[in-house]
Amino acid sequence: MDKESTTSQPKRNFFSIFYEELSKSSLTIIILSIISGFILGGILVIVSSPEVYKAFGSSFAEGISASWKIVSTTYSSLFIGAFGDPAKISAAIESGEKTKILNALGPFFESLVVSTPYLFTGVAVALGFRAGVFNIGAEGQLQVGSIAAAWAGWTFSGLSPWIHVPLALLCGAIAGGLWGFVPGWLKVKTGAHEVITTIMMNYIGYYLIYYLVAAPFRDPNEVVPKTPWILDSAHLFRFFPEPIRFHLGFFIAILVAVVVWILLFKTTWGYEIRSVGLNMSASKYAGMNITVITVAAMALSGAIAGLGGASEIMGVYWRQSQALSSGYGFDSIALALLAQNHPLGVILTALLFGFLRSGSKVMQLRAGIPIYIINILQAFIILFLAAPAIIRTIYRLKQPSTKEAIITSTSLSEKK
Amino acid sequence: MPPILELKGITKQFPGVLANDHIDISLNKGEILALLGENGAGKTTLMNILYGLYKPDEGEIFINNEKKEIKSSVDAIRSGIGMVHQHFMLIPVFTVTDNVMLGEEYVRPGGFLDREKAAARIKEISDLYKLDINPDDIVEDLPIGLQQRVEIIKLLFRNADILIMDEPTAVLTPQEVDELFAILKKLVQQGKSIIFITHKLREVMECADRIKVIRLGKVVGETTPKEASPEGLAAMMVGRAVDLKTAKKPSEPKEVVLSVNDLTVLDQHSHLAVDGVSFELRSGEILGIAGVQGNGQTELVRAITGLKTPRSGSIKFLGKDITKSNPRKITELGSAHIPEDRQKDGLVLKSSVEDNLVLNTYYLPPFAKGVMLQRIPIHENAQTLVKKFDIRTPDIFTPTYALSGGNQQKVIVAREFSRPIKLLIAAQPTRGLDVGSIEYIHNRIVEKRDQGCAVLVVSTELDEIIQLSDRIAVMYRGKILATVNANEVTKEQLGLMMAGVMPEIKEEKKTTEQIRELVT
Repeated sequence: MDKESTTSQPKRNFFSIFYEELSKSSLTIIILSIISGFILGGILVIVSSPEVYKAFGSSFAEGISASWKIVSTTYSSLFIGAFGDPAKISAAIESGEKTKILNALGPFFESLVVSTPYLFTGVAVALGFRAGVFNIGAEGQLQVGSIAAAWAGWTFSGLSPWIHVPLALLCGAIAGGLWGFVPGWLKVKTGAHEVITTIMMNYIGYYLIYYLVAAPFRDPNEVVPKTPWILDSAHLFRFFPEPIRFHLGFFIAILVAVVVWILLFKTTWGYEIRSVGLNMSASKYAGMNITVITVAAMALSGAIAGLGGASEIMGVYWRQSQALSSGYGFDSIALALLAQNHPLGVILTALLFGFLRSGSKVMQLRAGIPIYIINILQAFIILFLAAPAIIRTIYRLKQPSTKEAIITSTSLSEKK
Repeated sequence: MPPILELKGITKQFPGVLANDHIDISLNKGEILALLGENGAGKTTLMNILYGLYKPDEGEIFINNEKKEIKSSVDAIRSGIGMVHQHFMLIPVFTVTDNVMLGEEYVRPGGFLDREKAAARIKEISDLYKLDINPDDIVEDLPIGLQQRVEIIKLLFRNADILIMDEPTAVLTPQEVDELFAILKKLVQQGKSIIFITHKLREVMECADRIKVIRLGKVVGETTPKEASPEGLAAMMVGRAVDLKTAKKPSEPKEVVLSVNDLTVLDQHSHLAVDGVSFELRSGEILGIAGVQGNGQTELVRAITGLKTPRSGSIKFLGKDITKSNPRKITELGSAHIPEDRQKDGLVLKSSVEDNLVLNTYYLPPFAKGVMLQRIPIHENAQTLVKKFDIRTPDIFTPTYALSGGNQQKVIVAREFSRPIKLLIAAQPTRGLDVGSIEYIHNRIVEKRDQGCAVLVVSTELDEIIQLSDRIAVMYRGKILATVNANEVTKEQLGLMMAGVMPEIKEEKKTTEQIRELVT
């Protein structure tokens, strides 16, 4: 009994504290964190460039101008990589040729393509967080989703695209769902922490695909292990001719985000998911079935990530090769937190991450800055979000205090 | 002799509210000063200022006639001020020694911890004040009362002269409260000075030397237990006359609503917590379950409400067997449950008031159509209930963690009472609440009884049991020791029964002085 009263406060482990810190941050903090991330990223670019040191060697002014130059080249090429070259775009629009315009806008569409899996996995992770589970396994769920969709893509022949596409998507969702279901089920049945089990499921998924692509699913005509091409009927519709890969998956992802938003905030199921995520004891008291809700949320989260994998295969790659280490699943944890686990917020943060990722390739080519700068930049953003005190100190923001709010609220009512 | 501590004109303004309004307080050496006030009166703000957690807008602090600036808790500790918080600041898996010396470690040359030296010091302190603490015990194995003493040792270990106790009795059993008061007396005899923050009248009457009453951020009176009466103090605290006795008509029990038969329930460690309990509860009566915390009441309630499956025995609600039913089914049959731990079980603290008001009806019309939540009925429900039950909240979208304890409890009461119910199970319905809220909730419970509801009240507060109940069952070590009519028993007799002694053998036992004089 005494024991019970000491643990009356919900148990707080490292993850829940971290999560709480992140989810408390306000919009200002988010925006300032992003800006600060860019500033720090710029500083990092400066200190890691040999030219800057050389310039500082000759004179201070030259050093400063070299620093400025390298940062501006980095970020402008990042921008061009993400959105396209404004000069080219305006020239193309003036010429009025459709192919030219499309080519100039190519980077923009490519960024949308890169954002698509982020959308799926971001919504998946956010849904998990809402239900109080840490789905670290979006990566694995995405991968098993893609192999399942690929299998469905080449196995079923003679179907109309109207049937084949949904079928392959469904296969991806089921595989991902299974990968989410297992950790959820282990959690409620044995108490195994989902952080551990989802990470393990990632490895199982990874090596399963490695094996499948190496042997049973291998296209015998290829030297490097690859699966056969999926059939045309399983391709997700692409809106523009080659080389623009912008495909229907993007809009499916947006639709999924909206559906999950409705599910979470407009339905009784969502009410249950959110209640269980916030307070399991009270949800049990209120008669909700914790077991079913936790497992269902985990499976649904996995299914959405799996759908993301399916969309990649059916919209972008059309076949699966070995060693598909995308990193989407792990980045999505960060972007879900950045969106405060709001499915509609995920749309914005997924675009941010997608455009950064897509632009960084051009940045590497044009400015010679390693792609990893972007990962570090993203890490800075999350770090600032997790430690809002830093941002508050830098920008002299006032500390909002819950205590003060309590006092205000009681006194307001006392005046009534 | 000058006071050891003086606060002069302390003022603290929070946005929209004056939490402390020119408060003057002085504390003499070797006395217990009680700060009495309702929740939200500004007691804790004041103590947080003294402890360096808030900066006052105006005012000065003198310690031993010397002006001090206290900017942080480190300054406070250096000035000899120590605070025992309501929620303990202990690391459960550490030993007493490790907890006590955390931040103040004794080290051997080479940077190794000198646990023996620290343990010896703790033993010394423990013996001096009769705290009965073994330095090698693991904190989580200790009962709450002893954990609190570890907190006190932490302060004494740091040579604190002024001890601030923030609602120290909220978590204690009646016996532990008695022991705590004995310890506090011992501490002041040895020259320590204590500020005791509370809203419980009985406690200030029992252990304070002086009483300061705070209301809405101002000192509204000073008195001593000798001069004061509970009614006077309550009125001063709340700002109006408070009825300390719940007026109620004699009960008119009708048909049996709940019958519990030979029930046994295991606790979370698989120990037998409820051991062969049987009783019947009729509509229109209140059955109080009295007992010291930890005698099986929690498990009994959890079994009846479906949160825990009993090991054996049966529970019947309106003739239906609910022994193995889940909470939802029992709720749907017309049972309401005010849970013992309102923040853990009763509310989703981060959710809004309106969401919490439909916590167990959200899936039913009019709040849901199919699986779609219907926001408008949910708003309307919240607005009606907030008005009807006088829930003081800025609006219905405020998260419930921002409400005071009393208003949080009102949210639960409003939710449970707004359904048609035939059975009400109220566990510790007023724990930690101020006088005004207690009065309100008691009246509502009696009102439910008069409407023909069967009510089971579980409380460790004797006064509450005696005031509310028509019949009282005393639980001791998992069994019902006796069931008596409320008007045929004295507090002393009940207190003895709660300690496991039947009153007939009262003369032989010399435990009478341990039974507290109950003031309110």
